[in-house]
Amino acid sequence: MNKHVSPRLNRRAFVIGTAAVGAGLAIGLDIPFGGPAVVRAADGSPEIGAWVVVRPDDTVVIRIARSEMGQGSLTGLAQLVAEELECDWTKVTTEYPTPGQSVARKRVWGDFSTGGSRGIRSSQDYVRKGGATARVMLIQAAAETWKVPASECTAANSVITHTPSGKTTTYGKVAEAAAKLTPPADVKLKDPKDWKLIGKGVKRLDTVDKTTGAMIYGADVKLPGMLNAAIKDCPVFGGKLKSFDEAKIAGMKGVKKVVKVGDTAVAVVADTWWHAKTALEALPIVWDEGDNAKVSSESIAKWLAEGLDDKQPAYVGNKNGDAKAAIASAAKKVEAVYSYPYQNHATMEPMNATALYTADKCEVWCGTQNGEAAFAAALEASGLPAEKCDVHKMMLGGGFGRRGQTDYVRQAVLIAKEMPGTPIKLLWSREEDMAHGRYHPITQCKMTGAFDANNNLVALHYRLSGQSILFSLRPEALQNGMDPAAFQGVAQSGEAAFGYSVPNLLVEHAMRNPHVPPGFWRGVNVNHNAIYMECFMDELAQAAGQDPLEFRRKLMGNHPKHLAVLNAVAEKIGWDKPAPQGVYRGIAQVMGYGSYVAGAAEISVTDGSKIKVHRIVASTDPGYVVNPAQVERQIAGSFVYGLSALFYGGCTVKDGKIEQTNFDTYNSMRINEMPRVESVMVPSGGFWGGVGEPTIGVAAPAVLNAYFAATGKRIRSVPLRDQNITFA
Amino acid sequence: MANLTINGKTFTLDVEPDTPLLWAIRENAGLTGTKYGCGIAQCGACTVHVDGVAMRSCGVSVSEAEGKKITTIEGLASGDTLHKVQEAWVAQDVPQCGYCQSGMIMAVAALLIEKPKPTDADIDEAITNICRCGTFQQVREAIHTIASA
Repeated sequence: MNKHVSPRLNRRAFVIGTAAVGAGLAIGLDIPFGGPAVVRAADGSPEIGAWVVVRPDDTVVIRIARSEMGQGSLTGLAQLVAEELECDWTKVTTEYPTPGQSVARKRVWGDFSTGGSRGIRSSQDYVRKGGATARVMLIQAAAETWKVPASECTAANSVITHTPSGKTTTYGKVAEAAAKLTPPADVKLKDPKDWKLIGKGVKRLDTVDKTTGAMIYGADVKLPGMLNAAIKDCPVFGGKLKSFDEAKIAGMKGVKKVVKVGDTAVAVVADTWWHAKTALEALPIVWDEGDNAKVSSESIAKWLAEGLDDKQPAYVGNKNGDAKAAIASAAKKVEAVYSYPYQNHATMEPMNATALYTADKCEVWCGTQNGEAAFAAALEASGLPAEKCDVHKMMLGGGFGRRGQTDYVRQAVLIAKEMPGTPIKLLWSREEDMAHGRYHPITQCKMTGAFDANNNLVALHYRLSGQSILFSLRPEALQNGMDPAAFQGVAQSGEAAFGYSVPNLLVEHAMRNPHVPPGFWRGVNVNHNAIYMECFMDELAQAAGQDPLEFRRKLMGNHPKHLAVLNAVAEKIGWDKPAPQGVYRGIAQVMGYGSYVAGAAEISVTDGSKIKVHRIVASTDPGYVVNPAQVERQIAGSFVYGLSALFYGGCTVKDGKIEQTNFDTYNSMRINEMPRVESVMVPSGGFWGGVGEPTIGVAAPAVLNAYFAATGKRIRSVPLRDQNITFA
Repeated sequence: MANLTINGKTFTLDVEPDTPLLWAIRENAGLTGTKYGCGIAQCGACTVHVDGVAMRSCGVSVSEAEGKKITTIEGLASGDTLHKVQEAWVAQDVPQCGYCQSGMIMAVAALLIEKPKPTDADIDEAITNICRCGTFQQVREAIHTIASA
């Protein structure tokens, strides 16, 4: 089989993880006389520091703490380690340490959480040091064998050379000796100009198994004696399970047990999931829906609209000058109200987790964006201490922020706890997944811009009303009640800083938290803030009678990195030349997750309602690009996700429940609707920005601004399907 | 009990006739490469070949599939030799999360039987699978690479 095109994700790690209860990554410690302990991988190969295992055949196993969910970080992180390690890339493989092992070793692998486009940027420093540390130890071991100074030796491609004598050896041959050395206290990292592997679009390490059906996702886990569970949680968030009539499904094929899960859900456990789901659908259930059953999209919209009123309290997130006074005395003002709905992550693989509980052990197998959070959920739900729990991370069939939450892990453990000794695989139906998301928060925004007599923008008032994610999920991160993340893209400074200078600026958030649980949805608050700000920028340009690009440029003199990516897309799309006949352009820029991004779209519109997207150009400056091929895919993918939400998305609330149930009512773009995305990477160096999310921010406003150019009509609410606008 | 011919092998499965083929394949035959995405034939993650035609296996019952030749992603390669679509997928690094790709690959393999050199319009019409990661441009490029080989 053509399996040598790229190194492969280490199947062995999965086999160990799924088959052997209690088997760990590291199976033993050698305590040599006088030296430090040697930690060994399951196959007996020695660790050279926590991040690297070297096998006798020169295979290098790189440990990856963050989760792979399609974004390519598994490969990028391995590149970072391998760059400093100077190993043979064709012999690199990877494995996930478990959160339990990490905790037992004082979190030697650091943070496992994989969200906020942090996978690479937040771990690049210490994983590169991990690679460099191992290289120094391997060279030292070779030098000691040869009885020469280490400074006379170099390493490249897993081969160590003693330069004066020309003697060589390989990493595999000196690994045992290297593992017994004391790691250097400090290592020097390469100057970026000397990188050989970082910056190369090498192939992903996990592709082959994804083309043969061999890759094991959480939903594919099989354990001996395993049973399957289907679940229904109260469809009204905050409601409770009142009762269910188990007798009605008692004789149904394959059914083993009906389990109350916490206060809100019921699960059917059966031999197969199909039997469990069929029985669950036949199970009469009575819910105590509570007061939230009175809530609808209309009532939420009304409540949020009230928050747009200046008299209502709001948190100030960014301010200079006196916007209100400047607006009051301005020669001209422009005002608009925008809104953005709830969105479901709709990962292709619905939520699932497999749990095995016994009195002295609880293990979970699942796709998770945060192994440590899943571990904590297993601890809490099982009631067992850390040393008796572990989580085995499986491949994720999409994450987009949803799998950073652990509700499904908790459920699986609670069910497994009712059937000690029997592994239980809990899989949500698509309908359950749609009904119990952690939704992109709902907001509205009123913006007022004011001009002087010469059409200079003198004031901007940006008043956001709506939901805070941190209020619901990380209240400890609120600052005196304020959600600082609510200002992503319009913040004064930091990793999501506003890119315009306006003499009088007021950015504020009237926090209103409906009962629908919010979550981190790819791009998070950048999504709506970029739509609001960038569409309104176009409205301001129009009011000033200026070209949208030129109008922006005049406000961006103090923001050279924001401006550079905007200029890059303008040049690539040919903004200074007319678009083809019948084709119209829109442009947008924003900063998020430490990266500067811009996008431009060319569209045509038929009958005012049929949009054909002809071209998309997107630019990013993430500081450094580790793998340009994967960055290109993240950029293109973020547009598919963002435009799917713009055209087809939107979750609505009726009687306290989400109305959309599956892909027929919550559609997603297909290949015929999506043009090629032309990426322009302009990494300027000196900082590390994220990649997975930022470009999603410019997807929708670029298209909406092009729609205005084509039709003269402003679209101020999402999704377009609500206005009978769709793809041509 | 049902007899299903999957990837050239006969499986005698303890399964009701109205069970969706998807679940018979995944749970009874134990072939988990075919994925569940929606259960209502919208997303295409469960696409398999039934007598050489791409079908969404969540919408086909076991009784309908009996006596037919079913091919899943696991049966696409010939022994150790990957199918040309799989090879192209590897060469172009198409998958991101990969969960939809079994179905995507099966849909493309069926298209290429019917139209060995598909145009963009042919691809647009035949490939209607959902990919939330957004691999569409790599999918399109890979198809054209195969067609031009």
